[in-house]
Amino acid sequence: MLFATPFIAFALTLLAGVVLFWLLGKNPAKALMTIFVTPLTSIRGLAELTVKATPLILIATGLAIGFRAGIWNIGAEGQFTIGALTGGSVALWAYPGGGVWLLPLMMSAGALGGIAWAAIPAFLRTRFNTNEILTSLMLVYVAILLLGLLVQGPLRDPQSFNFPESRLFQPAALLPGLIAGTRAHIGFLIAIVVTVLAHILVTRHMLGFVTRVYGDAPHAAAFAGIPERHVVWLCFAISGGLAGLAGVFEAAGPVGQLVPQLPSGYGFSAIIVAFLGRLQPLGILAAGLLLGLTSIGGETAQITMGLPSATTSVFQGLLLFFLLATDVLVTHRIRIGRSMETA
Amino acid sequence: MSVSTPLLVISGLSKSYPGVKAVDAVSLTVGRGEIHALLGENGAGKSTLVKMVYGLVTPDAGSISFDGVPYAPRKPLEARALGVGLVFQHFSLFEALTVAENVALGLPAAAARGDLAGRIAQVSRGYGIEIDPARRVGALSVGERQRIEIVRCLLQNPRLIMMDEPTSVLTPQEAAKLFETLRALAAEGRSILYISHKMDEIRALCERATVMRGGRVIATCDPRTESARSLAEMMIGTTLAEPKRSAGAAGPVRLSVRNLSLPPAAPFGTALAEISFDVRGGEVLGIAGVAGNGQTELMEALLGERLVAEPATIVLDGAPAGHDGPRERRTRGCAFVPEERLGHGAVPGLSLVENVLLSSRTVSWSGMIDWGAARARADLIVADFDVRTAGVEGSARSLSGGNLQKYVVGREVLTEPKVFIASQPTWGVDAGASAAIHQAILTLAERGAAVVIISQDLDELFQISTRIAVIAGGRLTEAKPVGALTVEGLGRAMGGPLIDTEPDGQHATGAAHV
Repeated sequence: MLFATPFIAFALTLLAGVVLFWLLGKNPAKALMTIFVTPLTSIRGLAELTVKATPLILIATGLAIGFRAGIWNIGAEGQFTIGALTGGSVALWAYPGGGVWLLPLMMSAGALGGIAWAAIPAFLRTRFNTNEILTSLMLVYVAILLLGLLVQGPLRDPQSFNFPESRLFQPAALLPGLIAGTRAHIGFLIAIVVTVLAHILVTRHMLGFVTRVYGDAPHAAAFAGIPERHVVWLCFAISGGLAGLAGVFEAAGPVGQLVPQLPSGYGFSAIIVAFLGRLQPLGILAAGLLLGLTSIGGETAQITMGLPSATTSVFQGLLLFFLLATDVLVTHRIRIGRSMETA
Repeated sequence: MSVSTPLLVISGLSKSYPGVKAVDAVSLTVGRGEIHALLGENGAGKSTLVKMVYGLVTPDAGSISFDGVPYAPRKPLEARALGVGLVFQHFSLFEALTVAENVALGLPAAAARGDLAGRIAQVSRGYGIEIDPARRVGALSVGERQRIEIVRCLLQNPRLIMMDEPTSVLTPQEAAKLFETLRALAAEGRSILYISHKMDEIRALCERATVMRGGRVIATCDPRTESARSLAEMMIGTTLAEPKRSAGAAGPVRLSVRNLSLPPAAPFGTALAEISFDVRGGEVLGIAGVAGNGQTELMEALLGERLVAEPATIVLDGAPAGHDGPRERRTRGCAFVPEERLGHGAVPGLSLVENVLLSSRTVSWSGMIDWGAARARADLIVADFDVRTAGVEGSARSLSGGNLQKYVVGREVLTEPKVFIASQPTWGVDAGASAAIHQAILTLAERGAAVVIISQDLDELFQISTRIAVIAGGRLTEAKPVGALTVEGLGRAMGGPLIDTEPDGQHATGAAHV
């Protein structure tokens, strides 16, 4: 039953969408078609879908492993930003040179950057028992400001006429495309490989098992000999590393340089993706594609039908809202008017 | 017994839960001033029956009359208003509040007003239940905490007092004190329904006993004319297999603990103070004590969940192990059964197969999981230890307490440990299963394992231990051979620290008035 709720939530979201568009005076059927079907009818739309879904899938897969353990890394957006920054810096350091070694080096630097940023809340939690939700979230804003600072300073393109942006990356620092004439890149294939590896980790590997034990019964994890700090570090390393990798892909893929607007909310949308995918890697793959679809479709509807730009966020918010609500209703029962006496 | 109408008459009471008839057409009567025993295994339906009388559970069929009037309480408030009180086995007390504050929280608003402390003092004086209303509960022993629950019950002037396994947490002396109080209450004409599975105390206390098994009344008898063995056999329905103990020669020292001291991990925990003992292969060391005297902390230290500063404090087979975590200790041949099954010894939401991995030495910790092997192990545990379950894919949470205990003990015993450490290994399991667990533990010892059993059940310790030590206030007495010990002697040691150097002598209060 718990695996049916994402579908129920999606259906309810569509229903709410109909009401919403009707209230806005738009044709609901046409709006839903534009958002959920039109992007799938062209190669270009499908290619854009992979571009949007890649960071969502990568980040959500990492977050889900932590969420299963009850370790709440809410700061993937910051780790994504730092990953783009460190990976992008490697490209700018090599500019204008490069070779086949450059992209692997950038990816490693990006993943390590994400891990380093995630290590701060991990350290604070294991050392001072600080709530990781607050620290990881607050570091998002620090990361975004740091990116802004660096692209105005040392990383700024000398020919940018004082615009805060880096040089455009040299060809050796750009991800190879998948389909000519579109922005689809090999990051999507890597995201699928990561999904498969995560699936194996979660179902067949001791590390995946450990996170579930810790998430369900921390005391039993201690009995099994799994120290809490190992679980915290493991979860932050995986989620931070994957968020950092997604950040490099964004910089070396569709964007092609470092700009202050690079972090555009993937790190937060990925939280929705993780829960919509039931914290299962395969579910996250599907959920990432669905959420990617709502954002492309939302943009299309904005252009062709004059829908407000907030449509996408409203849809994503509705989806999470209905998912959490149906989950509660599946696992709990509402009783009105009676209270149990506690003796 | 009074010649007038009985106080409580239960006739044909039934209650079903999905798949099980918890209580099946039970009838019994409790006379005025009678102490009536309700005897039965875990899961025999005693608790469900009592909950129906207390208004916590609504019966499917049958009727109750109280004081000659039909009685069908819908909630405990109504039961209490009519004079029915229940003292729970597990206390619901706030450790940071005082005795009086805790009592006030459990009373109806009207009854909690006025000079509550004065009334508490009056009631406790009247029945010889010594308790200071101004003390904080966190500083009290378990026996003292139980007195709070009893006082809370008595403040509502009940005519029928139901007690669910009240002595399971008491020293023998504290239990004797409780019996005096109960007799005094009965002499006033109050009736007591006393639930237990301990034969000896029922034979000492009660004039009538109702024996339940599988939800039905099996017999009503006078326990004073029955033997403990005949009562036990009525309860379980078969003859009891006594565990055999072979007097094998003791082997080399496998586990040695020297001057183990640890501060408490949690507020209101107990600090361990200079605990030392040796256990040889083939030996069973029993550690007796009232709950909350350092057993939890000792188990954590022996398990390796909390590490000690000096590695040589804990020595396994001659080599220091104080800095080894639980996994390293398991690799070195240890197996552990913690007191708490759900959430410590087993993960509630994971399946029985997955729970095998929790303490497995054979499943690789470094890499991929062999689910086939784990499933085979789970099947083996279920078969060998007669675990009643719908399947090994079911969650640990779905098992009854006793069955999960069998599963956890079985999982650890089947790793064929060289050092086996268990806390309360038969807590909540029925007499038949408990005999099987005892036999498995003795067989382990016979094969050369060093065994440590931490338990509050003295009968259990006398049955399987080679030597027994007592833990009180975080200190451990010297272990003595079972033959040289008496229940009374152990009980005295359990009541307070033997080395009276601590200025507060907190735990001594339990024994001070015996």
